[in-house]
Amino acid sequence: MSIKSASGNPLSVLKRHLHAACAATALLLAAGSLAEAADLNALIWCDHSDPALLQPFEEANNVKVNVKEFEGTGAGLAIVEQSQPGDWDVMVIDSIDVPRGVEKGLFEPLPEDKLPFADLFPQVKMDGSTVVGGKRYGITEKFGYNTIGFNKTKVDPADMQSLASLTSDKYKGKVAIYDYYLPVIGMAALAIGKKTADLTEADLPALKEELLKMKANAKLVGEVTASQTALATGEVDILVGGGEWVTAGLAKENPALDFSIPKEGAVLWSQSLAMFKDSKNKDMALKFIQYILSPEGQARLATSSCYWGMPSNTKAALTEDQKKILRFDEQPGFLARAQSYPAPNAEFDKKMQDMWTEMLQAK
Amino acid sequence: MSSAGNNGRALPRAGRALPWALVTPALGWTLLFFVLPFIAMGFSSLTAHEGGGFTLSNYSQFFTNPSYWQAMVNSLQVTAIVTVVSVLLAYPFAWILAEQVPERGQRLALMLAVLPFWTSYVVRSYSWLLVLAQNGVINRVLTGSGLITEPLQLANTRLATVTGFVHFFVMLLTLTIFANLKQLSPSYRKAAADLGAGPVRTFLHVILPLTLPGIMVGAFLTFVLCIGDYITPQILGGNNELLMPQLVMMQIGRRGDFPLASALSIILMAVVTIAYLACARWLKIERT
Repeated sequence: MSIKSASGNPLSVLKRHLHAACAATALLLAAGSLAEAADLNALIWCDHSDPALLQPFEEANNVKVNVKEFEGTGAGLAIVEQSQPGDWDVMVIDSIDVPRGVEKGLFEPLPEDKLPFADLFPQVKMDGSTVVGGKRYGITEKFGYNTIGFNKTKVDPADMQSLASLTSDKYKGKVAIYDYYLPVIGMAALAIGKKTADLTEADLPALKEELLKMKANAKLVGEVTASQTALATGEVDILVGGGEWVTAGLAKENPALDFSIPKEGAVLWSQSLAMFKDSKNKDMALKFIQYILSPEGQARLATSSCYWGMPSNTKAALTEDQKKILRFDEQPGFLARAQSYPAPNAEFDKKMQDMWTEMLQAK
Repeated sequence: MSSAGNNGRALPRAGRALPWALVTPALGWTLLFFVLPFIAMGFSSLTAHEGGGFTLSNYSQFFTNPSYWQAMVNSLQVTAIVTVVSVLLAYPFAWILAEQVPERGQRLALMLAVLPFWTSYVVRSYSWLLVLAQNGVINRVLTGSGLITEPLQLANTRLATVTGFVHFFVMLLTLTIFANLKQLSPSYRKAAADLGAGPVRTFLHVILPLTLPGIMVGAFLTFVLCIGDYITPQILGGNNELLMPQLVMMQIGRRGDFPLASALSIILMAVVTIAYLACARWLKIERT
């Protein structure tokens, strides 16, 4: 009787269904969390989302790499702040910004003996920012230069050996500027004979003047896609802040595109891999970092479909053609003339960005 | 009896509860996806980027930094131009559609008018870039026909941004004005003609005032969507001038300055609210 009553009462039926639904949901969540444990969650830039890079690692380790792309350290750190501890295992970050992550208590020190530090180009280890408090929190995986990208059939390649050409009337209206304030301000610093590491607020007026001269010559100031498109389609002949990251990927379609490291130097960009302190899968995270830094991983990352760049490992398994496009053999000379991104403190950084905003608004 | 009495009391309670039950999902949605995020943004805008703590400096920066202020001026100018041009183009288009095209053709025309909404902002903007670029369609036609010797600077200008926006919003406005025109009873025109008004006078004194609500609804939608759009000015404007959404994005990219980005967003919302209040008279759904 009671059974009949219970089964016949609509409220009881609803309760039973709810219980069943809750149980099913709990099972699904449990299964999800188990699946999550076998996954690797990576906060990355677009070059790491290339299947050609991830697939070999996933197959070799029977793991799924879940990636989330972001642009800019600020946006990346904001994603981390809005996540639960343990949501992320590894992160790609500007080498100069590794200390920002360490200050927030996000990263785990890396085991130097398990990573190929001895094989890296010495200049890109960037111990000044990847080592904090005597512990290494990031390893440089890829680098390159913010410099002059150009179409060698449209400009005199000899002119591209000097930053002064960027502000000369000869190329007025033929120039695009890459829309990232730090490297281009770095190039402006080189143009006025300053070292990027020595920049202070007292240099801002001279930097602003140089930026305004560049803007007066420029047809546009564009983010990655827009500036790359402008150079590739002939809208402009020179890209300030361009480099191998623009021209190498387009070399097959447009061999006329090239980059130079002018006599004043270029601004070195460098991206690092870091492991999260709260990662639930540190062994796999380390395996991932080891794979990316391996000769094969380095070759795949360097020639990623999103953008090309120099592998930080000197033993990267690049083909001769790829090395030629990246000008691999010329790296020692390039690196000798390269300077790091300006690494301002928060207040100075804000002033630099405001100066950049003024430059964008200038007619 | 007692049962009937209970029912008698229960029914009015149920009756009172029903409207609330019906409106609860909408209220919950608004609370969850508008009110709470707005409050969070408001709090964020009043905190310091470094170190936290209450501050008004995010707002004061906007009013004291000329390049920030300029971004708002640019945004308002572009939005005003886009809105006016879109209205001027959309009205005749909607009128032809409503008055001159047969019913069957109207369906096809409306379908064509809706097509731009099917493609993303990004694709549409890059398509316009290909049309307006130095080696684009327009410059090739003009140089090929000998009308000009040097390509015109069309891409990466305010003109390009306005063109991209107008392409999208003229269709939006056409739809709202068309709907308004279709609602107009033919007897208005007949009455005007009976009273001796010619076509121009009928349009100016009868048709236009009666379709003003449709124009204002479309113009307001254009204003709101245009002033908050980031993609079109970013791709077509070439960053040769900053608009407010671009300025907001700049604060987030590298520096992650969400408090300043929030303050700028609140200011942008205040401008939209002012625009709403300015045309609230015409933004009623029903027409008397």
